Amino acid sequence: MTKHLILAALFAAPLTLAAQERYATRTGHISFHSDTPMEKIEAHNHKSTSVLDASTGAVEFAVLMKGFEFDKALMQEHFNENYVESDKFPKAGFKGKFNGLTADDLKKAGTKEVTAEGEMSMHGVTKPVTIKGTFTMEPTGAVKASSTFTIKPEDYNITIPGMVRDNIAKEITIKVQMDYVKM
Amino acid sequence: MFRSTFTLIAALACTPVLLAQDDLLDLLGEEEKTKEFTTASFKTSRVINGHSLENTAHGVLDFKINHRFGFLNGGLYEWFGLDQAWVRLGFEYGITDRLQIGIGRSSFQKYVDGFAKYKILRQCESGCGMPLTLSLVASSNVTTLRSSEVPWYSEGREDYFTHRMAYSFQMLIGRKFSDALTLQLMPGVVHRNLVRTVAEKNDVMNIGAAGRVKLTKRLALNAEYFYVLPGQTMAAEVPADRMDDPNPGYKNSLSIGFDIETGGHVFQLHFTNSTAMNERGYITETTGDWLKGDIHFGFNVSRVFTVYRPKPKVVE
Repeated sequence: MTKHLILAALFAAPLTLAAQERYATRTGHISFHSDTPMEKIEAHNHKSTSVLDASTGAVEFAVLMKGFEFDKALMQEHFNENYVESDKFPKAGFKGKFNGLTADDLKKAGTKEVTAEGEMSMHGVTKPVTIKGTFTMEPTGAVKASSTFTIKPEDYNITIPGMVRDNIAKEITIKVQMDYVKM
Repeated sequence: MFRSTFTLIAALACTPVLLAQDDLLDLLGEEEKTKEFTTASFKTSRVINGHSLENTAHGVLDFKINHRFGFLNGGLYEWFGLDQAWVRLGFEYGITDRLQIGIGRSSFQKYVDGFAKYKILRQCESGCGMPLTLSLVASSNVTTLRSSEVPWYSEGREDYFTHRMAYSFQMLIGRKFSDALTLQLMPGVVHRNLVRTVAEKNDVMNIGAAGRVKLTKRLALNAEYFYVLPGQTMAAEVPADRMDDPNPGYKNSLSIGFDIETGGHVFQLHFTNSTAMNERGYITETTGDWLKGDIHFGFNVSRVFTVYRPKPKVVE
């Protein structure tokens, strides 16, 4: 009798987990570029992580600053040592919620425009941001997300010395491309 | 009794629903740490005269302009040394991230030098455990002065090419202790094919020490000192009061300076008692005495060009 009750209770547990709709990736592609007449700066990170919870609309991104690859080794060294100080602040991230996307949307093929509201943190500074993005659901069941937005380095206490001010754009363009997999 | 057990299990069954929003990324679990080798222990591949733990990166060409003015004790007439100048122009290239080569030509004794530097051990604090960086530097040096100008010239003496050559072998062992402090030791030997007297040694054992203190994001303070073991060298002219020196007529190289980094350049401004800018020169031929004001003000300019960007390696 006791054994049956215990077994029944244990069976109750998995039912609560079935309601979660989580998608994740560890190989998300985040890149940024800055174009000025003086210099072209571009870097790519192919190892960013992200988790999306479709039932609540919650989403999180995290990227390791040292994982950004530049064409020029010295530019990469300066980026890490002088600008984002990646020894002190190794990661940047975003935590927020999507509007305009439900768990059912993710199961049908199609494209959806969404807006994510949340906080972006980088270089030890956290700022509330609103970012527009697009979700594409492939007939195969894969979920892709992409977004392009801009940020100002000054907003995150990244100081740019006067001598190179003209080499770096006032607003840096960031591109996000994620291929999610159901968890 | 079974009621409390039942309650406990029921309570456990309910906990997954309570999972907080903040833990989304934690669901992914701990990422495997990627290997990250320590970078930027010094701002460039030289401390001041001596080699630093840093190599020129793979595919990068570094153009080095080294300049030394005259001695400060030249006084007002010599404009505190600014009227005189010695220059070394050199190119350094990173064949791989571990191996670099370089070539240069100095106005002092018209030396031409070439070297290779190989990083055997790389300091790695994340994803692997290696507390220090260890490199080997092998350089060779030849004076291209005319036969009649070489220091050992005498009428009728045959000018053998090999007499013009010297070699240096150094091991650099060091560690970047923090963003603000890097220290390294450089034991080595300089081999001169020709020495002036029997009392002098062809193989000069020496050990150097160098360090850097980073003051701001773009400004660092560097210092280096090369200690030549006593009884190995002796200059042609020795002042009377210096006959008891460990290496009469010669002094150990001591330099101190600042590194300023801007965009693609590193400017190194320093004071040194060494006139030459290659191992044979600054280790075995330094005659300047800091206490007498035989100090050169000088600067090094390092300008890097990316020749090609290697494909990103797959980290094993």
